[in-house]
Amino acid sequence: MTNEELKIKISELIPSASYEPDGPNGWVNVNIDPSEWRYLSQQLRHQEQLQFDFLFCLTCVDWKSHLTMVYHFRSTSFRQELVVRAKLDRTNPEIHSASDIWRTAEFHEREVYEMFGVNFINHPDLRLLILPDGWEGKFPMRKDFEDPVNMIKL
Amino acid sequence: MYRETQILEESPLKEAADGFLIINVGPQHPATHGVLHLVITLNGETIIKVEPHLGFIHRSIEKMCESLSYRQFIYVTSRMDYLSAHINNHACALCVEQGLQVEIPDRAKVIRVLMDELTRIASHELWWGAMAMDLGAFTPFFHAFRERETINDIMEETCGARLTMNYMVPGGVMADIHPNFQKRVKDFIQLYKTKVHEYDEMVTGNVIFQSRMKNVGYLSAEDAISYGCTGPVARGSGVICDIRRLYPYEVYDKLEFEEITEPGGDAFARYMVRIREMNQSIRIIEQLIDNIPEGEFQAKTKAVLKLPRGEFYSRVETARGELGVYIVSEGATTPYRIKFRSPGFSNLSALDHMVRGGKIGDLIAAMGTLDLVIPDIDR
Amino acid sequence: MTEQTNTKESFPGEIHDVPGGGVVLSKLDDIINWARSNSLWPLTFATSCCGIEMMSTASAKYDFSRFGFEVARATPRQADVIIIAGTIVNKMAPVLKRLYDQMADPKYVIAMGACAISGGPFFYNTYSVVKGADHVIPVDVYVAGCPPRPEALLHALISLQKKIRAGLTREQIRSEKDK
Repeated sequence: MTNEELKIKISELIPSASYEPDGPNGWVNVNIDPSEWRYLSQQLRHQEQLQFDFLFCLTCVDWKSHLTMVYHFRSTSFRQELVVRAKLDRTNPEIHSASDIWRTAEFHEREVYEMFGVNFINHPDLRLLILPDGWEGKFPMRKDFEDPVNMIKL
Repeated sequence: MYRETQILEESPLKEAADGFLIINVGPQHPATHGVLHLVITLNGETIIKVEPHLGFIHRSIEKMCESLSYRQFIYVTSRMDYLSAHINNHACALCVEQGLQVEIPDRAKVIRVLMDELTRIASHELWWGAMAMDLGAFTPFFHAFRERETINDIMEETCGARLTMNYMVPGGVMADIHPNFQKRVKDFIQLYKTKVHEYDEMVTGNVIFQSRMKNVGYLSAEDAISYGCTGPVARGSGVICDIRRLYPYEVYDKLEFEEITEPGGDAFARYMVRIREMNQSIRIIEQLIDNIPEGEFQAKTKAVLKLPRGEFYSRVETARGELGVYIVSEGATTPYRIKFRSPGFSNLSALDHMVRGGKIGDLIAAMGTLDLVIPDIDR
Repeated sequence: MTEQTNTKESFPGEIHDVPGGGVVLSKLDDIINWARSNSLWPLTFATSCCGIEMMSTASAKYDFSRFGFEVARATPRQADVIIIAGTIVNKMAPVLKRLYDQMADPKYVIAMGACAISGGPFFYNTYSVVKGADHVIPVDVYVAGCPPRPEALLHALISLQKKIRAGLTREQIRSEKDK
């Protein structure tokens, strides 16, 4: 389906979704509220006309006033891409996990948890993946992370 | 240091946990994958659960790139997946060019594709040699390195280095190809065609090898998509996902080559996908080596690059799968946030699913066909 | 390095011709060092890209088994020299220390590549890289390069052999002091 039809379809599901201009690749960019993520993720995966079964990038960006979760989807049957963004509060970032729908999200969400501190509700096994023991709570990828012992500034 | 895992509480088997043995594989182990620590729960010799512990080569590349300029960060990525170093650099250069909206000359496109395909062959050669060594056959390792050294010499003449060739820049390639390049590549193709039958005789047709690889590590197509597997791991289960065919970049849409998929889903199918991909890469090189267009090898760009505000994503097909580079830019000379969507990260998450119920020998065979390079996973 | 020791001859010792054959006169230390230097077994310890160049050095074109490094052991109990090929990060440093402790004396260390010497390209703005493997274990030979060519690694191995024969590695200096 074309970008316009996709936007209409998503607005039917989530009336409060807002759109940003299509990126340089021509992908649809949707902004939603984190509370609607659970419903939208199930619809994206299971609805007949959407069938976004391939989650290929799950990450987080730290804008200094808030955090934004970014999800990139692809539909292997329709060859369509979609980018979903959700703004999280910086003091208590929480969003529902997507790992029961797309199994790849398990590892990606663990990484976002340890680097940014986002709490994923209903994640089966949320703990450190890449950082060594003792780095819980430090969240190195946040912009205000300071480590005078290890980091040598250029 | 070796953290106690909580496997016994959350294990799906709720019977008594005694009788289960927990052993470590790694982080230092003789297979050449890098530093991967697997904690395996065994019942006798049958695997109950495999849990990878990562982070032994986590060099905080994403944080470091936030303080490097757009011309500098490309070369750190060739240390990430060092076996397909050119292809990694290519992905970053494509992303920066997407932001700058600059058009690359045709000569640079063809040179980039040639270097990519040579790198793909070199990576698959090393994979083949290391995979045979994991299963106990030491001789194919030397045969694989013979071809790989020829490719390294070709690269060294043009790019200046053997392994981490920092050759791609935003706008094209750093220098023109050496006058000997075409002749040496043609000689290499002739050499490869005389030697390729050795691979079948020594390893592929070997009865021991086939019985160790068939029906081992089964991954269905739906699981491959759900776990986010790309590259030969997904194509060995029948999923069509070659970025060079689906979303062509550079000159791939004008080339004739097949996308290799195998319906088997087991380790042998993934193995055959890679062996056949090497032949397809030779085919691509043959089509291009005599038709390198004349012209510039680099488009004119400013010395200090600044991307406009926005978010850019580019993806290429490395030897392991789909590498995605996601740049968030605020208009400064350094990126605000870079995320590398590495293929090994998702491929590794499917390992647990693939080997449950098998033996440790099956784990080694299945892990060999995943073709993991751990610095790519840990970044 | 001084020139006082027998690095130029193939076998350390003086040969005296006596009727019926020859007699070789030498110091036991020199013979032991000569034997040790010609049969160093490396530990397969490759963390990142330099590991591939180490594998290239092991393969047929730049063979290092002609210098005695034939048998690359996977277990530290049977290895003599550890070639640290690749970056050492904070999580891996205790593992490296444990491997070094498990190796039996005499043991030698080669730091290969820029990352093992000083943190390399990952020196600035990283929170997890150990800026040099010699923060963790004592190093005998440093090889520069990113990655060093196989010939450079062979030069390093030959230098290590010369150092052993001259009695100048950290191991030997330490055991001299202990006597």
